[in-house]
Amino acid sequence: MSGDVDRAVAGRDTYVHGERGHPRTREERMVPREQPTTYYGRPVVKPPVWKPEIPFYFFFGGLAGASAVMASVATFLGRPKLARRAWIGAFVGVTASPALLVSDLGMPSRFLNMLRVFKVTSPMSLGAWLLAANGGATTLGAALNLAQPDRRGGAPEVAAAALGAPLATYTAVLICNTAVPAWSEARAEMPFVFGASAAASAAGAALLSVSPEDAAPARRLGVAAAVVEEAATVVMHKRLGPLASAYEEGKAGRFGKAARVLSLAGAAALAAGGHRRSVAAAGGSLLLAGSVCKRWSVFKAGFQSAEDPLQTVRTQRERIALEGGGA
Amino acid sequence: MGTSFGRGGATTFQQDLQNSDCIVIMGSNMAECHPVGFQWVIEARERGAKVIHVDPRFTRTSAMADLHVPLRAGSDIAFLGGIVNYILENGREFRPYVQAYTNARTIVSDDFRDTEDLEGVFSGLDRVGKKYERESWQYKGMEVGASAGEREHGEAEGEQAHGAHGGELHHGEPPEEDETLRDPRCVFQLLKRHYSRYTPEMVERICGVPRETFLEVAEALCENSGRERTSAFCYAVGWTQHTVGVQYIRTAAIVQLLLGNIGRPGGGIMALRGHASIQGSTDIPTLFNILPGYLPMPHAHERTSLDLYVDRNAPPTGFWGNTRAYMVSLLKAWWRGAATAENDFCFDYLPRIDKDHSHYRTVADMADNKLEGYFVMGENPAVGSANSKLQRLALANLKWLVVRDFNEIETASFWHDSPEIESGELRSEEIGTEVFLMPAAAHSEKDGSFTNTQRLLQWHHKAVEPKEDQRSELWFMYHLGRRIKEKLAESEDPRDRPILDLTWDYPTVGPDQEPSAEAVLKEINGYDADGEPLPDYLPLKDDGSTSCGCWIYAGCFADGVNQTARRKPGGEQSWVAPEWAWAWPMNRRIIYNRASADPDGEPWSERKRYVWWDAEEEEWTGEDVPDFSPEKRPDYIPPEDAKAQDALRGDEPFIMQGDGRAWLYAPNGIVDGPFPTHYEPQESPFSNPLYPQQANPVREQYQRRDNPYNPTGDEPGADVFPFVMTTYRLTEHHTAGAMTRTLPYLAELQPEMFCEISPELARERGLRHGEWATIVSSRAAIEARVMVTERVKPLTVDGRTVHQVGLPYHWGNRGMAKGDSANDLFPFALDPNVHIQEVKAATCDIVPGRRPRGPERLDLVESYRERAR
Amino acid sequence: MSASEPRVGFFTDTSVCIGCKACEVACKEWNQVPADPQGFTGTSYDNSGELGADRWRHVAFIEQKLPVGVEGAAPDSWVQEAAKQNLVEQGLEPERDEDGFRWLMSSDVCKHCTEAGCLDGCPTGSIFRTEFGTVVVQEDICNGCGYCVVACPFGVLDQREEDGRVWKCTLCYDRLKDDMEPACAQACPTDSIQFGELAELRERAADRIEVLHQRGQSEARLYGESEDDGVGGFGAFFLLLDEPETYRLPPDPVVPTRMAGKVWGAGLAAAGAMAAGIAASFIAGARR
Repeated sequence: MSGDVDRAVAGRDTYVHGERGHPRTREERMVPREQPTTYYGRPVVKPPVWKPEIPFYFFFGGLAGASAVMASVATFLGRPKLARRAWIGAFVGVTASPALLVSDLGMPSRFLNMLRVFKVTSPMSLGAWLLAANGGATTLGAALNLAQPDRRGGAPEVAAAALGAPLATYTAVLICNTAVPAWSEARAEMPFVFGASAAASAAGAALLSVSPEDAAPARRLGVAAAVVEEAATVVMHKRLGPLASAYEEGKAGRFGKAARVLSLAGAAALAAGGHRRSVAAAGGSLLLAGSVCKRWSVFKAGFQSAEDPLQTVRTQRERIALEGGGA
Repeated sequence: MGTSFGRGGATTFQQDLQNSDCIVIMGSNMAECHPVGFQWVIEARERGAKVIHVDPRFTRTSAMADLHVPLRAGSDIAFLGGIVNYILENGREFRPYVQAYTNARTIVSDDFRDTEDLEGVFSGLDRVGKKYERESWQYKGMEVGASAGEREHGEAEGEQAHGAHGGELHHGEPPEEDETLRDPRCVFQLLKRHYSRYTPEMVERICGVPRETFLEVAEALCENSGRERTSAFCYAVGWTQHTVGVQYIRTAAIVQLLLGNIGRPGGGIMALRGHASIQGSTDIPTLFNILPGYLPMPHAHERTSLDLYVDRNAPPTGFWGNTRAYMVSLLKAWWRGAATAENDFCFDYLPRIDKDHSHYRTVADMADNKLEGYFVMGENPAVGSANSKLQRLALANLKWLVVRDFNEIETASFWHDSPEIESGELRSEEIGTEVFLMPAAAHSEKDGSFTNTQRLLQWHHKAVEPKEDQRSELWFMYHLGRRIKEKLAESEDPRDRPILDLTWDYPTVGPDQEPSAEAVLKEINGYDADGEPLPDYLPLKDDGSTSCGCWIYAGCFADGVNQTARRKPGGEQSWVAPEWAWAWPMNRRIIYNRASADPDGEPWSERKRYVWWDAEEEEWTGEDVPDFSPEKRPDYIPPEDAKAQDALRGDEPFIMQGDGRAWLYAPNGIVDGPFPTHYEPQESPFSNPLYPQQANPVREQYQRRDNPYNPTGDEPGADVFPFVMTTYRLTEHHTAGAMTRTLPYLAELQPEMFCEISPELARERGLRHGEWATIVSSRAAIEARVMVTERVKPLTVDGRTVHQVGLPYHWGNRGMAKGDSANDLFPFALDPNVHIQEVKAATCDIVPGRRPRGPERLDLVESYRERAR
Repeated sequence: MSASEPRVGFFTDTSVCIGCKACEVACKEWNQVPADPQGFTGTSYDNSGELGADRWRHVAFIEQKLPVGVEGAAPDSWVQEAAKQNLVEQGLEPERDEDGFRWLMSSDVCKHCTEAGCLDGCPTGSIFRTEFGTVVVQEDICNGCGYCVVACPFGVLDQREEDGRVWKCTLCYDRLKDDMEPACAQACPTDSIQFGELAELRERAADRIEVLHQRGQSEARLYGESEDDGVGGFGAFFLLLDEPETYRLPPDPVVPTRMAGKVWGAGLAAAGAMAAGIAASFIAGARR
């Protein structure tokens, strides 16, 4: 409602109709407005009711999923040091994630209701099941790795990877399959942003403690993921057009800038001096921080987009003009 | 309306509006304040009617109207008078109707002088006594008998004063008439002359309504009246709450009579009364000067008796000719066995009034320390009455105060929580008033009836028991009376007999001993000589054999059945729905409906048939109960010795009037002029452009230090208060807010006091939307949030721009939705006929910012008074 | 859910709404919805704000005026409005007497969409479609995950503070079961809110639009009556006198479910790409 209490008059709005203004006798066609109107600047859609747990959930879910893939690959390819770290990362992810989700619920005591149904139309439902399944597979995989460090991998690891990959990107599906314009219109690119960010965080986590001679894949992954994340983000913002302002302004903008700086700095550090342990660890931390900031940026952008009625209205008016409606 | 037509009450019912071809809503914000009734206006609109809303603001009613006409608050008589002028100048009156059914042809006394002759006043003005002597207003050739000087008139005019007080008419006809309507002294020509200067240009000058817009309204009414079409007016307190309020309605009555709309479907004047049972509160009155059924309260004359009373008040013709029967039956209802022919049926038990005992007079006396005790039941004068500050200060002078309500309203809490406590004008420890707060039961917790704006009595059944100490009004009054009777039981003092002899034996029910409301209704309905419930008021006798608590209500318990509790759904009966509840008189829904047929008894047109003469059955018939003697032929001429209603002809529809006709010109029944005249309100930024006489010469003023008036017109200092202010209601709240500011679901809909002003005024005074403003008059300063809106327009009046400040009046300092009270700003200035306060037009100043707190608030007001001196 | 009853819903005809808010109050009374005072908002007579967890019927008020200097031309842009301010400051008359004015009033409610985003997105199965075709939240199941809140294209649902669950209009499910009409429809004095079988309401609405257009009210239009729209048609549709966004309504609402396939496609593609990328980072090194 900001800006409208400043208006000189209450409910001030304009439209066109005929001379005497009598609804009954008017004949002229109403001319559509050039500029879309709003109802006192009130949002058309509701902003999310989610709490700070959620962007962290995005982060940990991504970490869990990408690490599970990484752990599985490392296990199959006989890279035990990386495998161990990756399994730990995945395990940390799948234990933190549900805790954060439950905490965010309006009624946490009813968290089990998330598994009451399996609803194909609901990314949140599928995601809950995915998290549960992956949690199981990851725990098993981690346990096996703990028990048998030289294990070369089998079904459990395949399962963990197969479930982990979608786990890393489904949260993008979750937020893009909503009415929030800046999310919904970004649905083509967001999963790639999230996937890359997840991979970067998995790499970063592993790099915190692995010795440089074992770290090469993680280093390569970290640099590549950071670059891909940035590229996907640029493409996403470009395609969003005016909606990109939700990501570039306010808190979302500040988190976004931080994410870019941190991730690219991390990538640069790894590329330049990643063979040194301290630099690798620092680079990994930067990647982790960058990934957290990126999730926060996207999270905040959702609020900013929902709260701006013009984002909703303009997007739909353009769609009507171009396609005659989204039906 | 009583003066013009014979009964004080809406002439039609809201459902009938669907039949209108044009509806003018003026002095009312109907959609806002009568939302359920307003559906019938929408129905009319859907059927093609033109809906016009005349109001200083564009409101929720205007949003549904075809045309909104902004006008200056307080200028309605000029507007309506302009319509009268338009009709007469252009010959648009419905001639046959006017000729036959109104007193247009009656010749007026040679002594009568109009405002055109006397610079804005009528003949007979006693400026010192502030009243009119009405001898010169009478019809020519009327005997001004001995009874005239002793009539129950002046201060005792009931609000619904029926016409023809003391008019001695032979055969119901005045002695001199001109059927051609050309005699310069006939009412028709006098009317024309009186309004000759109310031209469209004058309307524009006085009201701020552009000429074209005014003409559009006038033309819409004219083209939608006549044989084939009818128009209706809807009004409410936007008209009555003026020092010329009664005259506002009279002007509308004249318009509707000239256009031939009274008594016809889709026509009439829909007086919109707001409170659920406010009509009932005048029918079974809570007013000091009338008795049930609008019988006048007897006055303290030197000589007094039942016969003298009847002589003074009952005309020989029309249904009021039966005054004696109504009065005796009332006395029998009240004192039953003790009332006998020998003692004038206990006529002397009735108190006599010796002066004005109306609300504002009483409060003024209270402020002067002349009152000990006060009962306030279901009202909140500390917020709802004009000069609410004085109301609160006066309460502090009482010895005791009883407040009955749902919670501790402002009237009950004044002694510890009021603006005067905040300012220091009152200190709790110095207030000697003992306040009794008695919890009241709500309407769903008791049996009883409401009588609504269309004279409809509807029963409501108790749905749940009241809790704890909550009790109904009926319980309270009954047991209070019972206890007083018990206390006086041993008394030998004749002064106590009226109380001891009162009929007070109503059956009681339940652990709380709740009196039977139906028993009371039965008493109101009345009994015949055999103790059977009366079918209507026709069998009422003056010999003591019948009893009736309110003659106009006789029939509400006909056949021993509670007619008011009937609930036959509308879909199962005609659109008039006569079997839903019961309307007075005699379940007639449109009164004066004889006028829907021509003098021969034929409907004026097929399209507008309502009641007509069935020559075969030899009776009147139609969609409604005929408001006429059922078997009186249209060509009936009364014999020489005919009395009461039999003295009226078969073509005289206004059966309550002495001459059976509706009154364009009111020789009686009104104290401030036979023709409505535009006067400025008590406080106005303008001099009266029409006459040297600024305001109503006989309006009631209270010249007191605690009721100072702003300078007005061209008085020096008038420009200190340059803006017109007006009060009104919002849909979300009810009256003084006691019932709504305390309910969360309603309080949240309109939580704070606000004022409505135009963008131009905002700019002029530096007021900002959404922030605060302080509004000041000579009485007080209040604060309100600012709503800047184009729904309020500046108007051009008398050559200059005038701004209006709109103030909803619901707020007080208690409850969930709190705010300052608009009524603090207004003075006591009343209509002299009915003592209703002028709160629809006065003057003020408005400045940005919140008002001062504590004693500084008084300083601010004082600074204004200084400047205005 | 078996369709044992014909589908019912609302037709809200705003051309006869008098803004009385009886619907808001009746709804709150019947459903015991908590009060949610907003204070004096200054937005015309609307001190309720918008639909939400504690407001299931909301009356909007829109004051509209003819702009200065234009006659049947394009409506006001911000620039034009600013220009008007200057005009006033220069002392020129901003309004002519023939200026039109209107005050739109409209009672908003949950649309009970044919394809409901809230229902499709609800992971607990709390939100379901009743035998009347209406969409209801089962409050004994809802755990307040909040997904429905962002899945609704109309901004209807919201989480109730301190309670944690999400609440919205039930179309008075309990009253329907007892053959009564919803509280708001019963309370509405002008029949702006009409309740009944959806098919019949749609016919009535089509007739009503005809009548209004014939009277010259060409800006009257139906909103949500067509099954071809983005949610398959509303169970509670409207007759509006201006564009939907004037009333805080989306001009082209589409249920998110319709794009779910595409979104999942991108999601899985990204997952695959990520997995490939992770694998590549190992294998690339191994090749070296």
